[in-house]
Amino acid sequence: MKFARVEVRDKKGVFDAVAVGVKRDIRDLGINGVSEVEYICVYTIGGDFSREELSRLSLGVLTDMISQECDYASGFNVEESENVHVVEVAYNAGVMDPTSESIIKAAKDSGIQGIMSARSSKKYIIHGKLSKEEFVQITDKLLYNKVIQHIVSEKEEKIMPEPYKFKHEEIDIMSADDEALLELSFSGALYLSLAEMKAIKEYFSKLKRNPTPCELETIAQTWSEHCKHKTMMGAVIYNGKRIENLLSETVMKVTRDLNKPWCVSVFKDNAGIIEFDSKHNICFKVETHNHPSALEPYGGAETGIGGVIRDPLGTGLGSKPIINTDIFCFGLPDMEALDVPKGALHPKRVLKGVVSGVRDYGNKMGIPTTNGAVCFDPRYTGNPLVFCGNVGIMPKEFSFKQVSEGDLIVSVGGRTGRDGIHGATFSSAELTSESEICSGSAVQIGNPITEKKVADALLKARDLKLYEAITDCGAGGFSSAVGEMGENTGAEVYLEKAPLKYEGLKPWEIWVSEAQERMVLAVKEKNLEALKNVFKDEFVEVAVIGKFTGEKKLRLYYEEHKVADLDMDFIHNGLPRTAREAIWEEKEMPSDIHFPEKEDYTEDLLKILSDWNVCSKEWIIRQYDHEVQGGSVLKPLVGPNCDGPADASVTRPFLDSPKGIVVSNGINPAYADIDPYWMAASAIDEALRQIVAVGGTLKKVALLDNFCWGNTEDPRQLGSLVRASEACYRMAKVFGTPFISGKDSLNNEFNADGHKISIPPTLLISAIGVIDDVDKTISMDIKRSGNLIYVVGKTYHEMGGSRYFAVNGQKLGLPPKVDPERSLSLMEKLSEVIQEGLVASAHDSSEGGLAVALSEMLFAGGYGARIRLKEVPVEEGVTREDVILFSESNSRFIVEVSPENKEMFEKKMNSVPVGLIGEVTEETKLTVFGNEENKIIETDIDTLKESWKKPFRKLMHEES
Amino acid sequence: MKKAKVIVLRTAGTNCDMETAYAFELAGAETELVHINALVEKRKALREYQILAIPGGFTYGDDVASGRILANELRSKLEDDLVRFISKNKPVIGICNGFQVLIKMGLLPSADKIADTGVQATLTLNDSGRFDSRWVYLKKTGSEKCIWVKDFPDLVTIPIAHAEGKFVPRGADVLKDLQDNEQIVFRYTDKTGKLFGRPYNPNGSIDDIAGICDTTGRVLGLMPHPERHISYLQHPNWRRLQNKKHKLGTGLEIFRNGVKYAEKYV
Repeated sequence: MKFARVEVRDKKGVFDAVAVGVKRDIRDLGINGVSEVEYICVYTIGGDFSREELSRLSLGVLTDMISQECDYASGFNVEESENVHVVEVAYNAGVMDPTSESIIKAAKDSGIQGIMSARSSKKYIIHGKLSKEEFVQITDKLLYNKVIQHIVSEKEEKIMPEPYKFKHEEIDIMSADDEALLELSFSGALYLSLAEMKAIKEYFSKLKRNPTPCELETIAQTWSEHCKHKTMMGAVIYNGKRIENLLSETVMKVTRDLNKPWCVSVFKDNAGIIEFDSKHNICFKVETHNHPSALEPYGGAETGIGGVIRDPLGTGLGSKPIINTDIFCFGLPDMEALDVPKGALHPKRVLKGVVSGVRDYGNKMGIPTTNGAVCFDPRYTGNPLVFCGNVGIMPKEFSFKQVSEGDLIVSVGGRTGRDGIHGATFSSAELTSESEICSGSAVQIGNPITEKKVADALLKARDLKLYEAITDCGAGGFSSAVGEMGENTGAEVYLEKAPLKYEGLKPWEIWVSEAQERMVLAVKEKNLEALKNVFKDEFVEVAVIGKFTGEKKLRLYYEEHKVADLDMDFIHNGLPRTAREAIWEEKEMPSDIHFPEKEDYTEDLLKILSDWNVCSKEWIIRQYDHEVQGGSVLKPLVGPNCDGPADASVTRPFLDSPKGIVVSNGINPAYADIDPYWMAASAIDEALRQIVAVGGTLKKVALLDNFCWGNTEDPRQLGSLVRASEACYRMAKVFGTPFISGKDSLNNEFNADGHKISIPPTLLISAIGVIDDVDKTISMDIKRSGNLIYVVGKTYHEMGGSRYFAVNGQKLGLPPKVDPERSLSLMEKLSEVIQEGLVASAHDSSEGGLAVALSEMLFAGGYGARIRLKEVPVEEGVTREDVILFSESNSRFIVEVSPENKEMFEKKMNSVPVGLIGEVTEETKLTVFGNEENKIIETDIDTLKESWKKPFRKLMHEES
Repeated sequence: MKKAKVIVLRTAGTNCDMETAYAFELAGAETELVHINALVEKRKALREYQILAIPGGFTYGDDVASGRILANELRSKLEDDLVRFISKNKPVIGICNGFQVLIKMGLLPSADKIADTGVQATLTLNDSGRFDSRWVYLKKTGSEKCIWVKDFPDLVTIPIAHAEGKFVPRGADVLKDLQDNEQIVFRYTDKTGKLFGRPYNPNGSIDDIAGICDTTGRVLGLMPHPERHISYLQHPNWRRLQNKKHKLGTGLEIFRNGVKYAEKYV
């Protein structure tokens, strides 16, 4: 086998957007000495090929003959000097390089058969005077991430991995004392507690033998917090009172109590399923990929969205993915580089990487990203949160799966490599400055096209009824997928039959690898050939790796050697139950405001619009395809210039039907510091408000929970989790909105050299609903001058955690509460009048309060307004103008109504607090009159819009 | 009358196939989604169809460059069939990734020239350096040469969604030929149809080119997605439109023109 290097670069004079971007990023690091950056794509081609073939491949496939030039002999001549610095970055061995497969295919298509491998790398030539430190800063902070990449050195050896030769291994657990058990748990990256290790020891002592690595890995994976939700499903002693199973007694209980007939499958499959129309069901799942995204934002986010798309694909007998939603929590993206703790990446780099990862995977899967949110808080710097969600749709008859004895275990999709080993257990660990060094293999790069092929083939095979059950290979790989599917039957697996990316994997590595883009099916022998043909047509690999038995045992083999023999019952039910302590102490919150009232609030409003949590996220949103599949009826950006912030998104899954799906997200970690109960209540109210604001109803809305907390070994952290769960129960019960699925991630803290930084407790509530006629939906942009503006809902003195407090330096105060009975009746009324066509636009009031919601509506629509603050319905005693403008009380909307509909609107809304606060003007100015008819805000809507758009523009150096 | 039969070509990473087929069906055609493997293995034949559509997506992940791997595959394995297809008067449309494929295999701007001079233009990375999803205004600029826009308004709005949509001709001669032969079908413009250049041109395309046809007028390639505007409900501001109920999306006319032409001349 020989290797050739092919270098490709833009011709002189061609605008190189990549190089320009790198140069700009270097300047962002505070390094000003760089005059020019050149960028070269390098391909390392291995195999047996002639010079003519190499030339044909290089010129015909690898180079754009219009804009690029190529060298496949010795590479472009670059002299390194004091002012010319060269660095080449390549993926580490074993990391997925999606281009490899495509180049090999293209070579074969061109009649070049001998090419066996193709790897890509990136070469940068940086011109300018740089110190050694500056150069290292550029490479480390911008150009590569050592978790998945390395800098190519002159004499790089190409090591071909050796095939694995079987060797019997066992781990001595029978003679291990407590200390040795803990050491084993830690050094083996099992992250199991002493009680759990002892339970394993006891099990094997009864069997009178030691476990094999496969057995121990299977147990650790199945019992991991990630897979077992030990905290949420475990017993908790909450302020002295025992709760047997937190999840079952709160979030899941509400679903049982409500018992909605349209809930098809809840909390058991990969996603929760609800009814859509008489022939179809939809399913929804949101989950996090936080720790991988902290270490390698691009790959972490990419595999996050890739993983959650496989959930609806693996729900029931498989659903078609039709909507993505993404919610992120980051540190402040403009923080000083020097203040970033060791081992953490700068939040701006995290943000850019995460957005690119979600973009590339979501767009390449052909799924529209229609809705999302981004929150910022310094405590997310070392431990960002990346929530990815996906909605799927399926014909009703495919909503359930059934594994039977004798079914074959079939793996389809990507091959198995060493990637992502210990992902399930790693997610239970705390992130430290060392994490990037030791946990590299838990982070990976995805290949969306493999998953797209799998999805295309799967749905065909499903319609032909060629398999009986399906699940995705997510955390825990085959171990988790086969373990779950075979829980009630038993399974045997022949590990050597799994297709591998490269040689040398040990049996346990094959078993727990989290290599992406794999699904596991249960297939009847008689359907196997037909199934293989469907997958072959779409270029997807199929392998029979075992079969489901009737013995309730998990048996693993490697060639003729048995490498695991465990009782399914022990794997799934052997985990010792522990009760953990949880404390919640009511904190007295100050009700006063520590600073005086002001004459004018224009500056405060502009500041809040520029707050990272409020400002425009257009830079992110536009990178996602929100139109693919053609179903988008309410887009994330609305208004005549398509730049206003929509509330929920509305999608029509069938282009010949008016029936739609509405999706929204509620999240506000700023309230968590005050009271997690009201944070949870606010998130639920917000998600539902958004649905109502676009013209949805609450009659058929389901919720998903995603709890991201710090270390819940700390009783206070656990106490706040219990408190948030209690709010979930109460609110969802009254609103009549069942939870159908959820997820938790409970070890979100970053250890910066011994100083622990815990994220604020963060609950994301995602809501999904069905809309009968999308033609009745509305958008939030103001439509016409002369129209009337109303506030619906009462304003309270609830300033704690508000953006207004944040820009004025106060933190604690009374949190926004929710009275769910009142909120529901208000939302039902508003829903009715919107359905009846009485409302021209509506927007929910959240961060920044009424002033921000109103500003957004005006600049999205391109109109001004004259507003009388004293007409806003307030709780008795609320008089401060700033409270009325900026309080973040829940259950409030701003609504635009045409004069023709005034009477009817007011009549229909007479049972809820409504105030006619002003009217829309042609003149593009917002004027707010205070209690004494004095002007307290006066500014042009262009100024408001500019403040709102400025932060991201400035951050990303965009032209205005 | 027999319906025109459209082949919507699929392969790994194609993703706008269903909505493109749906647009052709609304326009009165019969459609079939066909994987390239079925053509290569001769289980299906191109000659059985009257219209070819190469839809949007990320074929083979846009690895190396957008559309490159599929363009190479089509040229290596199906070039003769494709040339014969076009010579039989049959219309071809490439949307977004499909446009990238047609350009990169040389069928656009002119299949005749490829043997002598190689590819004549490319679609490369947007000036912004990244993927961009937005609604743009298109001005119809060619004359009646392109059969896909015979009856077509001068100004329409249709969304784009691409990272590599910057049209770059090989040189001034190629651009002049395109202009002289009236092959430039669509240019990016503002909402009045009068202003060109930034910011209306979203990707830095030379001469604001959004779509071109070949010298026969039957092969159309465009970056914007007309199949995403075939119903008023897809318009970003349908709630502001007057008489919205009577309006189908402006993209549908393209499909209707193709189908009408195929019914009449093929």
